[in-house]
Amino acid sequence: MRTRQSNRQPVTDEPPMIQEPPGKPRLEPPSPMVQEAEPVADAKISVRGLNFYYDEKQALTDNTLDIARGRVTAFIGPSGCGKSTHIRTYNRMFELYKGQRATGEILMDGVNILDPAIPALSLRHRIGMIFQKPTPFPMTVFDNVAYGVRLRGGMSRSELEGRVEEALRGAALWDEVKDMLGQQGTQLSGGQQQRLCIARAIAVEPEVLLMDEPCSALDPIATGKIEELIDEFRGRFTVVIVTHNMQQAGRVSDYTAFFYLGRLVEFGETETLFTTPRNEQTEAYITGRFG
Amino acid sequence: MAGAAASPATARRRRVNAAVMGLSTLAAFVGLGMLVWILGDVALRGMQAINWAFFSHLPAPPGQGGGGLANAIAGTLALTVVAALMAVPVGVLAGTYLAEFGAASRFGAAVRYVADILVSAPSIVVGVFVYLVMVKPMGNFSGWSGAVSLAIIMLPVVTRTTEEMLRLVPVEMREATLALGVPYWRMMMGVIYRAAAAGMVTGILLAVARVSGETAPLLFTALNSPYWMNGLNEPVANLTVTLFNYAMSPYDDWHAMAWGAAFLITSAVLALTVVSRLVLARTHRQ
Amino acid sequence: MPGTAMQDTAATPADVPRARRTLGDPIFKALTMTFAGGILALLGVMFFVLWRASGPSIDAFGWGFLTSHEWNPVREEFGALGAAVGTLLSTAVALVVAVPVSLGIALFLAEIAPVRVRTPFGVAIELLAAIPSIVYGMWGLFILAPLMADHVQPGIAAVFGWMPLFKGPKMGIGMLTAGLVLALMIVPFIAAVTRDVFRMVPATLKESAYGMGATTWEVVKDIMIPYGRKGIYGAVFLGLGRALGETMAVTFVIGNAHRLSLSLFAPGNSIASTLANEFTEADGDVYTASLVELGLVLAVITFVILGLAQLWLKHMSAPARSS
Repeated sequence: MRTRQSNRQPVTDEPPMIQEPPGKPRLEPPSPMVQEAEPVADAKISVRGLNFYYDEKQALTDNTLDIARGRVTAFIGPSGCGKSTHIRTYNRMFELYKGQRATGEILMDGVNILDPAIPALSLRHRIGMIFQKPTPFPMTVFDNVAYGVRLRGGMSRSELEGRVEEALRGAALWDEVKDMLGQQGTQLSGGQQQRLCIARAIAVEPEVLLMDEPCSALDPIATGKIEELIDEFRGRFTVVIVTHNMQQAGRVSDYTAFFYLGRLVEFGETETLFTTPRNEQTEAYITGRFG
Repeated sequence: MAGAAASPATARRRRVNAAVMGLSTLAAFVGLGMLVWILGDVALRGMQAINWAFFSHLPAPPGQGGGGLANAIAGTLALTVVAALMAVPVGVLAGTYLAEFGAASRFGAAVRYVADILVSAPSIVVGVFVYLVMVKPMGNFSGWSGAVSLAIIMLPVVTRTTEEMLRLVPVEMREATLALGVPYWRMMMGVIYRAAAAGMVTGILLAVARVSGETAPLLFTALNSPYWMNGLNEPVANLTVTLFNYAMSPYDDWHAMAWGAAFLITSAVLALTVVSRLVLARTHRQ
Repeated sequence: MPGTAMQDTAATPADVPRARRTLGDPIFKALTMTFAGGILALLGVMFFVLWRASGPSIDAFGWGFLTSHEWNPVREEFGALGAAVGTLLSTAVALVVAVPVSLGIALFLAEIAPVRVRTPFGVAIELLAAIPSIVYGMWGLFILAPLMADHVQPGIAAVFGWMPLFKGPKMGIGMLTAGLVLALMIVPFIAAVTRDVFRMVPATLKESAYGMGATTWEVVKDIMIPYGRKGIYGAVFLGLGRALGETMAVTFVIGNAHRLSLSLFAPGNSIASTLANEFTEADGDVYTASLVELGLVLAVITFVILGLAQLWLKHMSAPARSS
């Protein structure tokens, strides 16, 4: 488990804060003076002015941030603040549903992936997704992990087996299932199922891994194992993790984005955001005064 | 960016996907097309035969023209009503048992299972059964036996729809009524049935619609008759068996009559079905 | 199954506080229980009566009844094989046509159609189920059969006429036409249940597959169908069970001929059509009993098929997995 150096910085030249009587939780929408996200050095994904609509209802307003290449970025915020909606724009999952649409730009390696000219299919080969509730496919453990790889075809059986083993090792699941590859994926325990889904996702060697509250349905031990995995993924994949557990965000991530009511309220290095948040609402959320 | 350069494997996958989606859409429209085609034919040929005489006259011998199917219409109505009077009380009470007392018991599960099977059971077997237990001992074909066979077909349908509608009534309503000290049976009769009434009635209507179009069970029970109904102790004219006889006959004017009967039955059944489903949809949405 | 009846254990009058225990309650419960039991009794009585009335035929032919395709009222020699084969053959044709079409319709209704269109379209398909079977029969006789005789069957014969399946005079009346009419009748049942099965697949499971870059067809083939396979078996067997017992639609167009033939163009008979055509005319104990025994055979086959279908459909909603 990675630990971080405390890195306090004095607060200087900030925009004027709205004075607030102490002890009263702030519940109004964020003030218009939301801090602009500072650009990150090496951005895998750059979001510029992303808006999202469920039919007429606007769910995301003017989100702008960078996802650092090879690092772990956490999205935090109260329920319904838009963090899941946001990451689902990266692999255009919203296109499955009528009435959901996104405007703005999402640049991955400099190319706008919201551009309809780019087929969602090829995009999803490069971006993997893990869901809150484990979703093992109704097939064997082996077939689960091999699924995405088989879709693209062109691999011999031995190459496939090698890839599957590699992925299962990468998900810290190999030792537990190496004798059970022919069993149904649904027969594993909850924590194992989630690691199976992770193995399935990394077997295709994606560039980005999106994780939407991957540990919410798991017990603490299973959660710990997955947090270790995320730590190992640093440098290998670009990870974005949505979590409602702030301690988890503090443990695993390099950067954190705080969302509220569809807006990005604050974004920065995790250490900084948690110790010296620049925005009052961030502080209120972190200290548990609301959400 | 690999976006535009799709590998041949991916292109093939996309083609297969497009083909399957296209075939599925085609299947759906073929299904729709068949519905339109059949209903259209029935309406076209049927409406030609429908006139005032159709509803008021007795059947005429073939070749004569001018006859009607008034007795058959009356007969179908009579048989259906009597069947409903037999099946509805039994079905409602059986369904009540399943919803109120038999939700978890093995007996209830068995009844439910058998009822579900009976819903799709061959109606001609029911006809043979009723022939053996009623017509043969009585010595003659009769409207009563026809109604009984229709009632047997209606029974499982009414039972299951009653059960489902009663289950939709919230538990709280039962508890609130019982907490007032009301006996269980009074609660059912006074409160719960009333709450589920719309759904139960439409379930009954759907069952009625279904049996009014049944022919096979009547072939060996109510038979058919060219005369007005004279009590239910003898064969009773009805639309469906008449349709069968007329359509299989070699006479053109009888064929025309058969289309008229087909149009009448189909319109009535479809109207009842559509109305019932609309009412059911509204009940579910509440 | 909708609704929340009385949770798991119904609050019977015995364990609800403050309910006055009058005589009415036990009577009410006994009454409802009796009628519920009546349904079980009905099944039992039906089979019993059919079996007893088959007596003369069972005595005369024994098990040979099932293997003989003799059907001679004059010599009083009867066998179920001809009609049984006719039933199974016409039903097989129906399934071959109906299952792919139904899957396609279910896929359309569950995944492809725009949301606003789904309900009206679904209702339209269900209306096909509401049309009385005798109307299908009439339509089959007067409209489909001539079409088959004049256009479709010659067309098939032109391409496949070398196969024994498609030999013989093209009269329009026969196994193939009967099978097609049956297919029309069972499509709405199979399609409606399969659509419900598809709709029950959890969204995150589908999204996981889409998220890997699968196409819609791949999601259906690899995820949705395996996930719902019990329900799909149930749907198909439900259609099968209905087709087996279908009388009027088949009687009009099957040709009423007691003969076994390899060709689908040939006329034949099903158990149901035999009963419909001959039951009221039958004279003599053996003849009538043989017809009843035919009915018994049909009842047994149908109830087994429908029984399996219901078992599968019950486990459609229960999760197939253990956690």
